[in-house]
Amino acid sequence: MRRLSARANDIGRSRLVVAGPYLWLLLFFLAPFLIVLKISVSHDVIAQPPYAPVLDPSKGWAGMREFVGGLDLQNYAYVFGDAIFHESVLQSLVIAAVSTLIILLIGYPIAYGMARAPRRLRPLLLIAVILPFWTSFLIRVYAWMGILAREGFLNQTLRALGLIDEPLELLSTNTAVYIGIVYSYLPFMVLPLYAVLEKTDESLLEAAADLGAPPWKSFWLVTFPLSLPGIVAGSLLCFIPAVGEFVIPDLLGGSETLMLGKTLWTEFSVNRSWTVSAAVAVLMLIVLVGPILVYQHMQARSFEGGR
Amino acid sequence: MMRRLLVAVAAAFSLAALAAVAQERVVNVYNWSDYIDPKVLEEFTRETGIKVRYDVFDSNEVLETKVLAGKSGYDVIVPSQTYLNRMIQADVLLKLDPSKIPNLKHAWPEITRRLATYDPGNAHAVNYMWGTTGIGYNVGKIKERLGTTPIDTWNLVFRPENLAKFKNCGIHMLDAADEMIPAALKFLGIDPDSKKTADIEKAGALLMQLRGNVKKFHSSEYINALAGGEICLVVGWSGDIFQARNRAKEAAAKTGKPAVEIDYALPKEGALMWFDSFAIPKDAEHVEEAHIFINFMMRPEIAARNTNFVAYASGNLEAQKFVDKEILNNRSIYPDQATFKLLYTVTPYAQDVQRVVTRVWTRVKSGR
Repeated sequence: MRRLSARANDIGRSRLVVAGPYLWLLLFFLAPFLIVLKISVSHDVIAQPPYAPVLDPSKGWAGMREFVGGLDLQNYAYVFGDAIFHESVLQSLVIAAVSTLIILLIGYPIAYGMARAPRRLRPLLLIAVILPFWTSFLIRVYAWMGILAREGFLNQTLRALGLIDEPLELLSTNTAVYIGIVYSYLPFMVLPLYAVLEKTDESLLEAAADLGAPPWKSFWLVTFPLSLPGIVAGSLLCFIPAVGEFVIPDLLGGSETLMLGKTLWTEFSVNRSWTVSAAVAVLMLIVLVGPILVYQHMQARSFEGGR
Repeated sequence: MMRRLLVAVAAAFSLAALAAVAQERVVNVYNWSDYIDPKVLEEFTRETGIKVRYDVFDSNEVLETKVLAGKSGYDVIVPSQTYLNRMIQADVLLKLDPSKIPNLKHAWPEITRRLATYDPGNAHAVNYMWGTTGIGYNVGKIKERLGTTPIDTWNLVFRPENLAKFKNCGIHMLDAADEMIPAALKFLGIDPDSKKTADIEKAGALLMQLRGNVKKFHSSEYINALAGGEICLVVGWSGDIFQARNRAKEAAAKTGKPAVEIDYALPKEGALMWFDSFAIPKDAEHVEEAHIFINFMMRPEIAARNTNFVAYASGNLEAQKFVDKEILNNRSIYPDQATFKLLYTVTPYAQDVQRVVTRVWTRVKSGR
């Protein structure tokens, strides 16, 4: 009996602990999301606020009914029928996926090298990967504008070396967007990969070698499969934010760059349509729910596996 | 964008701090960046005892979004023509009290008359500065490609074979449909103020032929891009281009390298006029101080000092007596009578036409 009640007490306490984060999410995620959702089913008007209808509690039930009657899905219909939006979704997914692949190809050898480095060097290497975070993300992207510009650092260097005669057009192109994303998100790939690779049991590799496997084969049959969770985690950590990236396509991209984050910004800040931009925001969230769920699932499984 | 965000956050904090000392007389001014002689503000405070809390924006859209969201905390704002008109439609601007702005008598009647297109009866706004949308260029690079062919014509921009000559030195255009479409219509010989879908589509088709040569459609990046030699040609706002010229000079002074020479051409076929005008939001807390501020800015000597500082034409006619000769005689800033007649204004698009314009413009920008 005593043990049972103690357990009930424990459950009560742990519920209380769990309530904290839930309350946080409710207040700072769900409530704002509902507001955005509401705006997305409203209409643009030239007024303050620039959408209608607005709920007026003083009008009671009739006002409520009028309010609900004024909502519809026309913004979604508009966005769905809009070639620009289709193109933005497609381009965002392609740019994010290709960038993630490039990041993986660059990040894997880095993480592998770090995990195989002498133990005393590893903290130093880890700091080197994290170091860029000490400078603001925005400033680092601005720095790339300086590097890639027509009269920028890269073109000047290449010209000084005699490798090119005419400056390369890099800034304001999709190539610059790729460079920006690969550079910015590389640490998000290296860190989870390193965490997994570092834990790899070296005796497994010794066993493989003893059984006659050449190094490439033991890498492919032992190390690589064991690092899969790190690959998936790192890829999702890069892919998910890259899809919604705004700063990089805005600063480094050109007129052909159409990514969701930029389309959303254009709808809000240039076209000043709060309602259409809210609809785009909701749709962007839906596009990202799939990969986020996969990531959550992976995390949960690796927690369970660790226990 | 982040910079705007930071400015907004900083502004929010400073406003909160100001609320704490409610006794002090203040006026919260929200103006375009680099748009005033800072000494004028000091003088205003010295003379009236009213403290100026001065914040800046760099796009009308940001201003409109803040004001329409409500409780912006600003007492004096400086929207441009069509944005001013939308704010009046949204009923967020206060009707000014002319008895509190006696210096209105110095206003330039012709400018006031044209401003009435956007502010019927001139009830809500007082013009601060005005200018035109034309061609900014890098003098050296354009000469290389054009020789002595004149640059002050829309032919240069709107004939694809002409524009292509500048592709390899970089071209920017304003990301502003309500400026670029009227300019294209003007070139096509159609009324720039046309609201017909067919006309807007025609302008779109013309711009579509040009877009391949345009590196970027952006409304503020061209200042630095022009100053830094990143681009050689831009369709932009007169004042911004003069600002680019100043930045290039400053940069040259700092580095010791020869300055990139930049100039502005007002197309002889006519160009769009823009007006940045003082207005007071309805939810302003310091209405009295706001009127005093606007009145002070309308003093001819003060208006002239601002014009001398930023090199834009003042909406204040009397101020011309005090404006530097170099600025007053610059035909791209103070156009002669013949050119002045060719400058046009356009009325804002209604909400449904705005959608068409937005669509056409997005297609132009993205090439789809």
